Amino acid sequence: MAYSDKVIDHYSNPKNVGTLDKASNTVGTGLVGAPECGDVMRLQIQVDDATGIITDAKFKTFGCGSAIASSSLATEWLKGKSVDEAVKIDNMDLVEELNLPPVKIHCSVLAEDAIKAAINDYRSKNGLEQLVFEERIH
Amino acid sequence: MLKLPIYLDHNATTPMDPRVLETMIPYFTENFGNAASRNHSFGWHAEEAVDYAREQIAQLIGADPKEIIFTSGATEGDNLGIKGVYEMYASKGNHIITCTTEHKAVLDTCKHLEKLGAEVTYLEVQPDGLIDLKALEAAMRPTTILVAIMYANNEIGVVQPVKEISAIAKKHGALFFTDAVQAVGKIPVDVNADGIDLMAFTAHKMYGPKGVGALYVRRKNPRVKVTAQVDGGGHERGMRSGTLNVPGIVGFGKACELARLEMASDTERISKLRDKLENALKVIDESYVNGNPAHRLPHVSNISFKYVEGEGLMMGFNQDIALSSGSACTSASLEPSYVLKALGLGDDLAHSSLRFGLGRYTTEEQIDFTIKAVTDTVLKLREMSPLWEMFKEGIDIDSIQWAHH
Repeated sequence: MAYSDKVIDHYSNPKNVGTLDKASNTVGTGLVGAPECGDVMRLQIQVDDATGIITDAKFKTFGCGSAIASSSLATEWLKGKSVDEAVKIDNMDLVEELNLPPVKIHCSVLAEDAIKAAINDYRSKNGLEQLVFEERIH
Repeated sequence: MLKLPIYLDHNATTPMDPRVLETMIPYFTENFGNAASRNHSFGWHAEEAVDYAREQIAQLIGADPKEIIFTSGATEGDNLGIKGVYEMYASKGNHIITCTTEHKAVLDTCKHLEKLGAEVTYLEVQPDGLIDLKALEAAMRPTTILVAIMYANNEIGVVQPVKEISAIAKKHGALFFTDAVQAVGKIPVDVNADGIDLMAFTAHKMYGPKGVGALYVRRKNPRVKVTAQVDGGGHERGMRSGTLNVPGIVGFGKACELARLEMASDTERISKLRDKLENALKVIDESYVNGNPAHRLPHVSNISFKYVEGEGLMMGFNQDIALSSGSACTSASLEPSYVLKALGLGDDLAHSSLRFGLGRYTTEEQIDFTIKAVTDTVLKLREMSPLWEMFKEGIDIDSIQWAHH
């Protein structure tokens, strides 16, 4: 199966690989997937308390090229957005931007789940209630 | 000058040897006859060529030419060998023994027969990929008609103790079938010394053409028969009807002759390259060679690089190097290799595996390039891997509650 140029570009030059301090109250961490499924994504956001703006985002991913590209692109999109805007990032936007084939849609779903998990982690650290997302099967 | 891409997937298929192609060409054009045409010279020429190829093939495996039944390939050979025995020996019993790491052509054939009333035992393999002979002995029943165990495994290259397996089958009055696709032409296979009653193999894994294979069917001690699965003109002693693929058969014969003459020198050269590759990649932290290293094909190495995913790993160099992975992120199931899982490997290691299959035209320069490309990519992806980071921090990954999806 051939990869799109955008997937290859994110794979070859991934944006925002790294680790933020997960103990910090201004950092939200989402760890999703499972080694048995061949995909584990960790996505972190750094939030400015005063403005609610995501000032930095980092990822590390164990998975195929599409999973790496999905998380790399997600971190790009997160930076500069408010937490409320970030919640609205939809996996199909990632699919469209990266030109993912149907068998790789689960990679984008995982990235969306990672964003939501990171936001909820941030919310719980700051005494906010957990957002409830629709259960999806993937 | 190194020519890219490099082909290291010789367990999937091999390029055709130019000497094989050369012998085939006249049989597409001037010698186009049907080997079953008994009343003119076109047919006689074709028949003669087929007979000669049959001898070349038989000689490679120590068989009599009359014991070679031509097929379209090893999948057909597996089907004919197993289904054919099941039907032919139905009055004797309905029990078949095979193992969990067989090729799908064997496993799915057995599953099909189960629906028709067969009882099938799927033996587990040991962590090194070999079957346990005591477990085989214990699984034998008075109704066992067939033991079907592969000669060498396509994913990890382990070579089963065929002589011991056939002796156990014989002792209990069962026939022994082996899928020897990966072994014939690569390591010495002798149907008499090995005690083989039926054996499927194919041309395209040994530098011959695709679309032609053979089923060896023993004629003496005991005389074995299979019920035809394709009915028609009664070709191949009634066991496999259909006009013979004469050019393919001619090429298959030549490929067998070359394998017989060049196996020793090929093996010596290729196994050195394989060992060089394997030793260099074993230096990488947390890399594991899969399968028993002492009982293994000389040209195969299957290695897991823990904490990186196989498909992602291949993407780092698949413009330049063609090989395959035990991970299956491309398939809808997301299930990693069932062969690696059968060895008891965790899913993480199964997802992290690469299979290197070297061949007749593999060069040292190609191996050096591969060592560097694979090493660089593993190290790069580990920097990106959350699992590697956890491992380095001493976190037990198995203790984490993963959200399965």
